[in-house]
Amino acid sequence: MDFRSSEQALGPRSEDALPATATAAVKVVIVGGFGVGKTTLVGSVSEIRPLTTEETMTQAGIGVDDTLGVERKATTTVAMDFGRISVNDELVLYLFGTPGQQRFWFLWRGLFEGALGAVVLVDTRRLEVSFDVIGRLEERGVPFIVAVNTFPDAPVYPVEEIRGALDLPESVPIVECDARLRDSSRDVLMTLMRYLQSLAVPAGAS
Amino acid sequence: MSGARDWEANSPERLYVITGGRSGSSVPATLDLVTLIVAKSGPRHGMQPEHAAIIRLCQSPLSVAEISAYTGLPVSVVTVLLSDLLRDEKVMARAPVQAARLPDRALIEAVIDGLQKL
Repeated sequence: MDFRSSEQALGPRSEDALPATATAAVKVVIVGGFGVGKTTLVGSVSEIRPLTTEETMTQAGIGVDDTLGVERKATTTVAMDFGRISVNDELVLYLFGTPGQQRFWFLWRGLFEGALGAVVLVDTRRLEVSFDVIGRLEERGVPFIVAVNTFPDAPVYPVEEIRGALDLPESVPIVECDARLRDSSRDVLMTLMRYLQSLAVPAGAS
Repeated sequence: MSGARDWEANSPERLYVITGGRSGSSVPATLDLVTLIVAKSGPRHGMQPEHAAIIRLCQSPLSVAEISAYTGLPVSVVTVLLSDLLRDEKVMARAPVQAARLPDRALIEAVIDGLQKL
């Protein structure tokens, strides 16, 4: 543990290395506002300590009102945390936690392209930040579920009330979770997978 | 050491030098955040240090996102470096599974099985 800071520079610890049989990877994106618990959720189910990938944003991507660093070439670094679950010897699932603002999504090329689906993580105290995210996912045709991270001091609403507030169709699952707990976060992913499974069934076949 | 600090870690100038001024747009679109990269051999003497670092990391399969995290380089820079290594056949890329418009049942079921074992 003394070498913690140098670990990231050196590479994965031997127990974090993927087996040579790993041949395929899929990804799920966890989207949500700042402080909603994306990294907590990723960290509670990930088999590795969450890692951070960075991307630089050039001036074109920064709001025009942003005056930080204008005295020099304006670039800013945006970070995204992610984790990993080895599904079996061949298949690996990656979980990416990304901010809700769409301008960040374009920084990582193909973040949503090819993703199995997304989890919109919400805090009932700030539901409004999710409106835009949900709209964008619908536009892009990314299948998603909504997970309500239950903060101890947040008001509790019946799921149907949240569905109404977010204007979500009946078909989109909404689950409550405690992102700090592995089982709870696992159940969120399971709900997404079951939902995707239901989408894979041709309409009327069941 | 102080010299390294002066050369700010992810300054545009440093990244420009590492990639030889190339941007991510020159990279084949096949490289996804979760494309798994595996080195075909060990690093060679005289290689650009960033190339050698990636090869050392990829002795076991590693995703593009993880390479970015461990090297501390932005994904867009990592993909430029990987395109060099792919061209020179120093690494192999295992393309991510592309989700179709409708998700693949077998794939989803494999993930469900895996999650149940957590």
